[in-house]
Amino acid sequence: MGAAVRGLEARGLMGPRVRILDREAPLGYLLLVPLLLLLGLFLAYPFLFGIWLSVTNAQIGDNGHFVGAANYQYERSDTVFIQSFANTITYTAVTTVFKLGLGLLMALLLNQVFPAQRFVRAALLLPWIIPSVLSTLAWRWMFDPTFSVVNWVALHYLHLPSVNWLGTTSTALVSLMIVNTWRGIPFYGISFLAGLQTIPTELYEAARVDGATRFQQFRQITLPMLRPILVVVLLLSTILTFGDFTLPYVLTNCAPYNSTCVLSTWAFQIGVNGGYIGIGAAISLVLFPLLSIIVAGVLIGLRSRD
Amino acid sequence: MASVSYENVTKRYSGDTLAVDNLSLEVKDTEFMVLVGPSGCGKSTALRMLAGLEDITEGQIKIGDKVVNDMPPRDRDIAMVFQSYALYPHMSVYDNMAFGLKMRGTPRADIERRVNTAADVLELGPLLKRKPRQLSGGQRQRVALGRAIVREPQVFLLDEPLSNLDAKLRVQTRIELQKQHRALHATFIYVTHDQVEAMTMGDRIAVMRDGVLQQVAPPREIYGNPANMYVAGFIGSPTMNFIPVTVQGKTAKASGFELELPHAPGVEKGTLGIRPEALTEAPVAGHAGLDLKVEVVEILGSDQFLYGTVGGDSITARVDPHLKVQPGDRVRLGVDTRRLHLFDSATEKAVL
Ligand SMILES: Nc1ncnc2c1ncn2[C@@H]1O[C@H](COP(=O)(O)OP(=O)(O)OP(=O)(O)O)[C@@H](O)[C@H]1O
Ligand SMILES: [Mg+2]
Repeated sequence: MGAAVRGLEARGLMGPRVRILDREAPLGYLLLVPLLLLLGLFLAYPFLFGIWLSVTNAQIGDNGHFVGAANYQYERSDTVFIQSFANTITYTAVTTVFKLGLGLLMALLLNQVFPAQRFVRAALLLPWIIPSVLSTLAWRWMFDPTFSVVNWVALHYLHLPSVNWLGTTSTALVSLMIVNTWRGIPFYGISFLAGLQTIPTELYEAARVDGATRFQQFRQITLPMLRPILVVVLLLSTILTFGDFTLPYVLTNCAPYNSTCVLSTWAFQIGVNGGYIGIGAAISLVLFPLLSIIVAGVLIGLRSRD
Repeated sequence: MASVSYENVTKRYSGDTLAVDNLSLEVKDTEFMVLVGPSGCGKSTALRMLAGLEDITEGQIKIGDKVVNDMPPRDRDIAMVFQSYALYPHMSVYDNMAFGLKMRGTPRADIERRVNTAADVLELGPLLKRKPRQLSGGQRQRVALGRAIVREPQVFLLDEPLSNLDAKLRVQTRIELQKQHRALHATFIYVTHDQVEAMTMGDRIAVMRDGVLQQVAPPREIYGNPANMYVAGFIGSPTMNFIPVTVQGKTAKASGFELELPHAPGVEKGTLGIRPEALTEAPVAGHAGLDLKVEVVEILGSDQFLYGTVGGDSITARVDPHLKVQPGDRVRLGVDTRRLHLFDSATEKAVL
């Protein structure tokens, strides 16, 4: 605060209003209000309404009434639900590992100097830019038992037998994970690339003079410097993959024999197709506590290291 | 222990930038060599080639008697202090200093002993657990130095290590560095654009300009016998007075005065170089002198600088601070002819 203002204040010429605006904390909260209102309107209301639905026997066209934990009880004995739960965990865990590994590899390669660098960088973003519905439909053709280009290549060049990718329970979920990994790599890759580019080159020079090998530079400089981005990307991607709907819905929609159901597609089938909105809401809310724990764990971990 | 030699070393960056042009320089074992020159003259490039961070386009560099052109930095037994310090931000001070030793598989107990010794010397003991961002600029600088010292290398490379420090700290650290140099018995190659650092620290100074080495000599000689006009103008503050003269035999004639040179330089046109302190307020009758028309007077306590003109030439003189002078005065100054320099107009080389 300027000396002049302090002088006025001392003589009691400035109102209390001005002083409140000058203090950081109250002003900060005041400025937060619009954002909180928006968040409340667009996030909290649907979320709370969803929770409410999950404890009612609402159906489409019927508001229903409170039934306590009955929907959750029902799910416990639903074998498709249990299968979906397991699939969701597998789907997320496996694809996350591959997206992380391959994304990091992609970033490291893109960070090298090579011809047509910009073009290649842009091109590699494509899987992420194309609307999922479109690209997933394309993949459906590639996995088609008769027209599959994958099978054609396997048959003609590698002399492997044809695979009915989406038609058999043993390969359908794998196909789903392949497409998800393909679609997810660019997000990891580009985020990591951005992270890599913020690491000052002098650090690598210092490490080289200090005697670090390429691998040691990666372990000792690149990875730790990338950690904050890594954590955030991992967090976002985990949440999005847990809730992924478009891809499983378009590629298999639970087929064959509900073997590729994930929680989102199963919740949709029960809640919208079947009309049991209450149960559908309960299914989709199951992951909420699990996700919250993961998020809290990651955020606390991120803070404590600093 | 090791000497360093550059043998006809040239560095060309892509896009035809000639950063270092045919550099030949011998740095003796345990010598403190300063590379000095203005921004962009190629000093960092020269240092980075020695460190192995840049390829050498032509020529060769030797450390001891080994050619290191194709040797990776880690095998060169050198340590480097960067201008930005390049401390590893995610590591504690201790880990920063231990890093080089860890990478070389030094036993843990050894590492601890060496880091602690260096930390004691540099007064970093209480800071060992901190991260670099929790340190002041001066402390960071000491960590960067410590990281180099614990490695006990044969050659220390320092690229403008003091330029991020404030004036007072710079003087302290300068002295500290000289102490370390004596204690470590290692070869130091120090890059700076600051002539004061160069003069105060170097056993010898190498002055560079546009990638070309101008002169290598001990500070006294660089100051007293600059090889050319560039070196003469670069070293010394305020800079040497340069006055165009015509020469006939031993007589040099400027626009506002003339004087007798100690001997005939053998050129007809030249530039006379007079350091400000070679002008004295007590002219001796019969010796050379000139009349300065004073325009600006600067009193710095221990010194007094007079800025003015003689004929058509601007001249700076350093005189006794007790001499009472006003702008507008005319002052008769004596010239110490033993400390005159004369440079050939065409080649700018010293001819006297
Ligand atoms: N990586 C590079 N690619 C192309 N040109 C470069 C590169 N690095 C340096 N140069 C050029 O080489 C010349 C010498 O650069 P250098 O960094 O050695 O100068 P310097 O004497 O250290 O200057 P400063 O005091 O500013 O650090 C400059 O003209 C610079 O523009
Ligand atoms: Mg430099």
